[in-house]
Amino acid sequence: MARRLLPGYGLSLGYTLAWLGLIVLLPLAALLWKATGIGMHGLLALLASPRTLAALKLSFGGALVAALVNAAVGLLVAWVLVRYRFPGRRLFDALIDLPFALPTAVAGIALTALYAPNGWLGRWLAPLGIQVAYTPLGVLVAMAFVGFPFVVRTLQPVLASLDRGVEEAAHSLGARPAQTFVRVILPVLAPALLTGFALALARAVGEYGSVIFIAGNIPLRSEIAPLLIVQKLEQFDYAGAAAVGIAMLVFSLLLLVLIGLLQRWSGRWAERAA
Amino acid sequence: MKAAALLFALAGTLAASAAVAKDVTLLNASYDPTRELYQDLNAAFAAQWKARHGDTVTVRMSHGGSGKQARSVVDGLPADVVTLALAYDIDALADRGLLAKDWQQRLPDASSPYTSTIVFLVRKGNPKGIRDWPDLIKPGVQVITPNPKSSGGARWNFLAAWGYALKQPGGNEARARAFVRELYRHVPVLDTGARGATNTFAQRGIGDVLLAWENEALLAQRELGKGKFEIVMPSVSILAEPPVAVVDRNAQAHGTRAVAEAYLQFLYTPLAQALAARHFYRPRSAQVAQQYAAQFPRVTTFTIGELFGDWRQAQAKFFADGAIFDQLGPGR
Repeated sequence: MARRLLPGYGLSLGYTLAWLGLIVLLPLAALLWKATGIGMHGLLALLASPRTLAALKLSFGGALVAALVNAAVGLLVAWVLVRYRFPGRRLFDALIDLPFALPTAVAGIALTALYAPNGWLGRWLAPLGIQVAYTPLGVLVAMAFVGFPFVVRTLQPVLASLDRGVEEAAHSLGARPAQTFVRVILPVLAPALLTGFALALARAVGEYGSVIFIAGNIPLRSEIAPLLIVQKLEQFDYAGAAAVGIAMLVFSLLLLVLIGLLQRWSGRWAERAA
Repeated sequence: MKAAALLFALAGTLAASAAVAKDVTLLNASYDPTRELYQDLNAAFAAQWKARHGDTVTVRMSHGGSGKQARSVVDGLPADVVTLALAYDIDALADRGLLAKDWQQRLPDASSPYTSTIVFLVRKGNPKGIRDWPDLIKPGVQVITPNPKSSGGARWNFLAAWGYALKQPGGNEARARAFVRELYRHVPVLDTGARGATNTFAQRGIGDVLLAWENEALLAQRELGKGKFEIVMPSVSILAEPPVAVVDRNAQAHGTRAVAEAYLQFLYTPLAQALAARHFYRPRSAQVAQQYAAQFPRVTTFTIGELFGDWRQAQAKFFADGAIFDQLGPGR
């Protein structure tokens, strides 16, 4: 039997399961239990209503786009922070975590103040016919903001441990820079990139505090799914609120499973590339 | 839960330190814009109680959206009294057995010791010339009001508009629907709560008119610069009656019923009525109202009871899922 780092396999496993149960599974079970009040018929009617559909579409569609943007920009930022030395690098590096630390309501109010038609950015965008605050675009901006650190932070350690010798070898074997990036670097980064993407996506899907201030919250247009939950609670409709929550949970789970599959596939891709 | 535990711990320490006089702690779960009001009311009540009974009463406050506060009490916040924005939220507590169903008959004036009304806050000089409800649906006018589905306070705004249309000569249900539908077409942003809407209007510069509770409008005018906004009183509006009640089950469990009842009755005394007026709520007492007449212009109001029966009926008819607001609201 291999030597284990942590003492007591049974004990540590027991703690892990108990903790997981307490922190994750118990609240989820409570959610399911609360939702039973609505019944299958009620659930289907709720999910088929145009308002629920529009809200789910905005929450998941917006989160997907925001996570994609974060993946692209996050990769770039991580690359710059790891590979280049420039004055203020450490400060920039520290700033990345700010969206984690900022209370989401503060982020929402700050973003709205920036992008409102009388805001610093909004006033330059308004003459161009671009309205960000109080539109679905504003929802996207807030989602991108809160999800940004995930991609950078998951990529940084992988990038730092990347052996530059491999790139040089590729170069000396005649690979063009683009080829080196796509065939040599990207396969190694892909699993971490996907993890960052998944985290950013999950965070954006469930985001309420920052989005609510910038969204405008017009039904069918700029209403996110978590807002529907809040509105149901306002009517003391616990079952309905839980049902929307479960719909979000199921979608999120499907997405995360999909991303997990992609990750496994990309892991094999990396092995082949190596 | 943590807050509750902390409170119990606090109450425990207070009780232990009491030698002769009894120390009583009440928890008042209220909605957001009463923060400053109850700071003053609580101090005045504690002083009066101390003078009369020798006991020290500490009233602790919990503030939040009215509906959220009601849910917290349902979920176990040990509030001895609730002072919320609309009766529907206290009805929800009664439905779950936390207090008697007839709670609203237990105190005078439908258990609302102070009132307010819905007014228009417009920008300086009233550039769009807004005088009354029909001006809100003129072309190019933008109206800011929170979403009545997520804000209890905003339900009064909706009902004020509905009631206005109903009270016009030849007014009927169909005309009210048409007016309210048009009104919400002029709403570019539906904030989730009243403070958010005030922020959108005052700080973000969105919209020409903010539908607001009179007390919030007066406060906004004072806090955000007297010269920047003007209050327009419509020809007719709703009498907003924020109700108060003792939460029977919690007061019973804490043994605080007598103090809790005295606390709410205190709200009707001239002293408390004057404090309410000072915080821009309209007092029920005619004498106190007389003293503050300059602050509160005369306005014709109607009540929920007169036009809609009661809050349960209004809620079901207008704000339940698929009800009138969902049929008429913006985005349709």
